[in-house]
Amino acid sequence: MALTEQEILAGLAEIIDEIAGVPADEVTPDKNFVDDLDIDSLSMVEIAVAAQDKFGVEIPDDQLKDLKTVQDVITYVHKNAS
Amino acid sequence: MSADDNRVVVTGLGATTPLGGDVASTWSAMLAGRSGVKALTDDWAKDLPSRIAGVAAADPVEIVGRVQARRMDRCEQFALVAAREAWADAGQPEVDPERLGVSVTSGIGGIGSTLAAYDTLKEKGWQRISPFTVPMLMPNGSAGWISIELGAQAGAHSAVSACASGAEAVGYGIDMIRSGRADVVVAGGTEAAIMALNMGAFAVMRALSSRNDEPERASRPFDKGRDGFVLGEGAGMLVLESAAHAAARGARVYAVAAGAGYSSDGYHIAHPHPEGAGVILAMKRALADAGVSPDQIVHVNAHATSTPEGDVAEAQAIMTALGPAAERVVVSSTKSMTGHLLGGAGAVESVAAILALHEKTAPPTINLEDPDDGVKVDVATEPRPLRPGGREPMAVLNNAFGFGGHNVSLVFTAP
Repeated sequence: MALTEQEILAGLAEIIDEIAGVPADEVTPDKNFVDDLDIDSLSMVEIAVAAQDKFGVEIPDDQLKDLKTVQDVITYVHKNAS
Repeated sequence: MSADDNRVVVTGLGATTPLGGDVASTWSAMLAGRSGVKALTDDWAKDLPSRIAGVAAADPVEIVGRVQARRMDRCEQFALVAAREAWADAGQPEVDPERLGVSVTSGIGGIGSTLAAYDTLKEKGWQRISPFTVPMLMPNGSAGWISIELGAQAGAHSAVSACASGAEAVGYGIDMIRSGRADVVVAGGTEAAIMALNMGAFAVMRALSSRNDEPERASRPFDKGRDGFVLGEGAGMLVLESAAHAAARGARVYAVAAGAGYSSDGYHIAHPHPEGAGVILAMKRALADAGVSPDQIVHVNAHATSTPEGDVAEAQAIMTALGPAAERVVVSSTKSMTGHLLGGAGAVESVAAILALHEKTAPPTINLEDPDDGVKVDVATEPRPLRPGGREPMAVLNNAFGFGGHNVSLVFTAP
């Protein structure tokens, strides 16, 4: 049973809180990781690895660089989750 | 202290040690002669010959914060905690960022993070290693983090000389101000190495005390019954400032950071020189650099780690370096209470030496029940008032020596 976008958002918010200390209610789909959530490229690597483990998707580096907003990740996971 | 004064002064102190999470609690525990050494009950320690250590009294994660802490090695966390305290203690000086420097180091660096990352590498593959692994393992990481926190742009440096590192960092900080590169420098040392690899590696050198049944009595510098050092962890930090800068802002001055002396034994990678030749040279050079005569010295915070060889060699070196004036000098080894903080030792002991001068009281050396026959200096076993015995201002020495044959001696004088 595939996850809904809402479930992916909730899971992602949990990861971002753990790794970057951004409160879950600030993690909304429109937010840009760098400009809005102040997440640097090193923390983004950690978040991507945690997301791969949590959602069972591979996020190759050439895909990761295009995931700029929370919605970008949600869409990618929703499309690629097995 | 006039505005054209070109000396370097100490205006802030910070520490987190096995005795307390800050300077006040550490110093009061020292005056009370309390030991910070405890039995290690961890599983990883159970097969080691030494199962005692001076674990930090305060958890740095609670102070640094969960998110920042996961990007920092424990030694970097200690350094940041002590730097914040020292900076606040100095009154958060207003200083041009380009004139603010950092000189903070560690003897080993982020060894805990290195080992944890290696476990992850073996078990889960390289992709699962924290992307902060490199900044966590590099010995200059603490200097980097502190420079970021304070926005320091004059330069951030990390001299590495094993157990002399913390004192060398203080000396380097003095040089930064003297040479005109900075007006204010945060300087100190840190270590977090209480783990199986380090304890095993020191144990195989036969360097650690195995007095496991009596942890509080295990670190006993200068005592006949000493059988090695006790590993400790934590950090010490000073805010160094040009006297002119401190005077212009009306800062409280603890002491003058009057001089530093350095030497290398050029003898053996781990054994101290039997006659303490390099140690004598470092002390003499520190006095010369400070423009202080031996009869101004009232107190020495000795390196004395509680190893059979080193303590006696140092005691004899103090006699030789200070000559007849050594008779009136009160010697203390605060490692009897904190254990040996390796790269943090020289910095924490600078804090102790400065407070001894400021409070005119030498802290005790605990567990000294039967002094080694080779120890002719006056080692305080109770807190001892310090009075000028010769020329003023009064001065104190802090010694720190490291594997590799590194010797550093610092001189602080009353303002």
